[in-house]
Amino acid sequence: MGALQSAPGQPEYTDLAEKTGCPRFSPCVFSVSFEQIAVLHKRFKQLSHNEETLRRDHFEKIPDLACNPIRAQIIGAFFDKRNYRQNGEGSVEEIGFEEFLVVMSHFRPPSMHFTEEQREGIRREKLRFLFNMHDTDNDGTITLEEYRHVVEELLSRSGALGKETAKSIADAAMLEVASISMGHMEPDEFYEGITFEHFLKLLDGFEIESKMNIRFLNMDTATMCK
Amino acid sequence: MAELRTGSGPVLLLLLLLLVSVGSAIHDAVSGTNGTNVDPHHQSNSSGTKKPFPVLSFNYDHVRMPFEISLWILLALLMKLGFHIIPRVSHVVPESCLLIVVGLLVGGFIKAIGEEAPILDSKLFFLYLLPPIILDAGYFLPIRAFTENMGTILVFAVVGTLWNSFFIGGMMYGVCQIESAQLGAVDLLSCLHFGCIISAVDPVAVLAVFEEIHIHELLYILVFGESLLNDAVTVVLYHLFEEFSHAGTVTVGDAFLGVICFFVVSLGGIMVGAIYGLLGAFTSRFTSHTRVIEPLFVFLYSYMAYLSAEVFHLSGIMSLIACGVMMRPYVEANISHKSYTTIKYFLKMWSSVSETLIFIFLGVSTVAGPHAWNWTFVIFTVIICLVSRVLGVIGLTYVINKFRIVKLTKKDQFIVAYGGLRGAIAFSLGFLLTNSQVKHMFLTAIITVIFFTVFVQGMTIRPLVELLAVKRKKESKRSINEEIHTQFLDHLLTGIEGICGHYGHHHWKDKLNRFNKTYVKRWLIAGDRSTEPQLISFYNKLEMKQAIMLVESGSGAKLPTTVSAISMQNVQPKEAPRQRVIPTISKSREQEIRKILRANLQNTRQRLRSYSRHDLMIDPFEDNMSEIRFRRQKVEMQRRMSHYLTVPANRQETPPVRKVCFEPEHQVYNYDAIAIESPRGRDSRPTPSSPNDVSLLNESPQKPNQSSTTRAAGDVELRVKTEDEQEEQDQLKLSRCLSDPGPNQEGEGGSSFRS
Repeated sequence: MGALQSAPGQPEYTDLAEKTGCPRFSPCVFSVSFEQIAVLHKRFKQLSHNEETLRRDHFEKIPDLACNPIRAQIIGAFFDKRNYRQNGEGSVEEIGFEEFLVVMSHFRPPSMHFTEEQREGIRREKLRFLFNMHDTDNDGTITLEEYRHVVEELLSRSGALGKETAKSIADAAMLEVASISMGHMEPDEFYEGITFEHFLKLLDGFEIESKMNIRFLNMDTATMCK
Repeated sequence: MAELRTGSGPVLLLLLLLLVSVGSAIHDAVSGTNGTNVDPHHQSNSSGTKKPFPVLSFNYDHVRMPFEISLWILLALLMKLGFHIIPRVSHVVPESCLLIVVGLLVGGFIKAIGEEAPILDSKLFFLYLLPPIILDAGYFLPIRAFTENMGTILVFAVVGTLWNSFFIGGMMYGVCQIESAQLGAVDLLSCLHFGCIISAVDPVAVLAVFEEIHIHELLYILVFGESLLNDAVTVVLYHLFEEFSHAGTVTVGDAFLGVICFFVVSLGGIMVGAIYGLLGAFTSRFTSHTRVIEPLFVFLYSYMAYLSAEVFHLSGIMSLIACGVMMRPYVEANISHKSYTTIKYFLKMWSSVSETLIFIFLGVSTVAGPHAWNWTFVIFTVIICLVSRVLGVIGLTYVINKFRIVKLTKKDQFIVAYGGLRGAIAFSLGFLLTNSQVKHMFLTAIITVIFFTVFVQGMTIRPLVELLAVKRKKESKRSINEEIHTQFLDHLLTGIEGICGHYGHHHWKDKLNRFNKTYVKRWLIAGDRSTEPQLISFYNKLEMKQAIMLVESGSGAKLPTTVSAISMQNVQPKEAPRQRVIPTISKSREQEIRKILRANLQNTRQRLRSYSRHDLMIDPFEDNMSEIRFRRQKVEMQRRMSHYLTVPANRQETPPVRKVCFEPEHQVYNYDAIAIESPRGRDSRPTPSSPNDVSLLNESPQKPNQSSTTRAAGDVELRVKTEDEQEEQDQLKLSRCLSDPGPNQEGEGGSSFRS
């Protein structure tokens, strides 16, 4: 690949940098830089208590996650093979640093020098991540039940508001998606669920590439690859 | 300025000038005499010394002050009205420019008739005209965008203004040294003083111009936020230089004290505002029995915050903003819907009047004030202001972009630089200058810069925005999906930050939210609303809005865009138990929605020619519906009703209507009739012939005997029993809305005309 920064003593990171760098469209111009990889590796070792792999219970021990309403989904996302950019499916029980890094790299911001096409690629990638988080049964659509589950989880920390409110909110949201995507349906047609294309259309104006970023991964990188 | 083709403009103008001149003339005429009694109609001759009883007397002094104030305000508003009647001009030229021109004309007119034209008094400006505008801006500030860009805004406001002041002051001092300009009398301190006055971006001007060009929220919040927050810097620098010019010498200690002063002024202002905001929120918790005065609390607490800050020479603007921001989430959870509307409209009204008055007065003061025109000074001021702004923005953006996730592009920088308008604050501050030697020259320069920015920059920014294809504001309303995902993303990013071990932006925001929820909300929000999560309140608001829109659209308003031809049956899995789930909303909310609906429906009773569930959407209601037509329709409808009575109601053969428009005549029936008949139970309620033609949604033919048996007249039950699969979400909403005893249009075909 192209010009990679050669940091002394970190040959194993070049490999990793390649793996995290390329979105579906080529050429990729951004990958996680070496400083970031080093920091994340340190964190990985901290979380896994110096073991080689992370398991779910390691995540569950993180105190900051304890009061997060969608904790289970976040943890699940790390173990979801669909997020590893290898077109896999299903989930695993433990992950290595490589997978950890790949999942984290979903949260990098688009560089200012990206073209429109690359921005679009980044957008799709982030929205794909979100989609995978919602679509728990891996069938490629978010059904009403899954969406209801999402809303319930969001409201789960908010006390006893009952499943009914969550249901109606999810119903209203689903109706909205259907109206936006399908426009018009026969009364006997059935809207199966939100496909990825509908999801893209739904969150079209959401500007996710500016929102779904972790500042920590913001460091501008000079690593380019062809 | 007014096109000759449309006659209303110049006529209006002439009329107003007449009004003003009459006012001034009257003032002049009675300025010497007090309580003159003039009785022109008195004819009888009195006996001796007894004065005849004055039938008609004239006492202008008595009402002079309020009369003139009202006259001015009336003039301002009539002008505003006039501009909007002339569409072409108002599209090209921003309103602020037109108002200044009017002010110029009025000032010129007043001067021409030899009168003393009123000047924009600083006290009047700072105490009465400015607060409404700032409160309006602060109360409706988009908090999310503001806090996300807070760092950038602060850097622009503080560092940018400092840079501007010193650069302009320094350069002007350099200009003053030029021999040929005869400006030797101006010393460095005065120049710096001048620099700090002219450097501040003005919120009023920015609002006036940016509101019309509808740019992207990020840019708007950057420029506007900067204009608000630079008040602290301006206040400190102004007083600093004022003190220094009196004292004569500046020491390092003084400069250090100046820095301390800055922190005191800004943080103190914010604290004062926050205290008043919390007080206001706390007060609003108890206002459930006195809804009428709720808006007053909001206004008064905010105004007090402003005045209290001004007492200590703290930043009044920041105090006002802090008060509004602090108060808003809690107050909105506590007050009634009507109070919310009242607050919104009053704020808009006052700020609109203030803005108009400010610009007109600017024009008048330009004509009135003594001017000392110095070519060199003025021209260089304008040029250096521009240069300084551009350099400042470019330099600061370069630094800021290193810390931002979403970088500012060159286009953004251009708009930020170009949007740095100066306005009336600069003028008023200049007016407060005490050094009369250079004051007039400074004032002239300030006015020139203001005119330049407002006219040239204000007028050209719109075509430039279009030329550069700057991102415009998203017009679409916030949908429930976006809200869900915003919340989801918040939690996701907080979680990821937790996993990284990196305590970033989201982490602290989450902590603040949790603190807010557990402690603050409990104190400041009444009742059970304090535990309502944001998603729920958003959803409820959305529902309420849609309910109101649905009702109002019966009088011809546009369809809400979210209503479409898709119904819940398309979305819900068929196997799922067909339960109509309705979220339980609290009783009080229910009452509120019902009250609103009832009020609206009752109002429309006189106006509507018909109310039916079916032409809810299509009725192109004309405002000038004549009474005769209404009565004719009534007669016609009654005829049809009698026809329907003899026909079985089970008209299933009509195909389901996909579109929302269809013939109204077949389904027209009188709202009055329904209202009258409703107490007699739903059986006698007239239903439209084709139960299928539910406008909203794609409904398949309904079973004839569907009845919401819980929907007896006067019943306030919201829950409807389990029905079959045709219950759509929107019909659900509609029925919920319509459960108000009144137009109960649950005409699911079953109820036939049985008298």
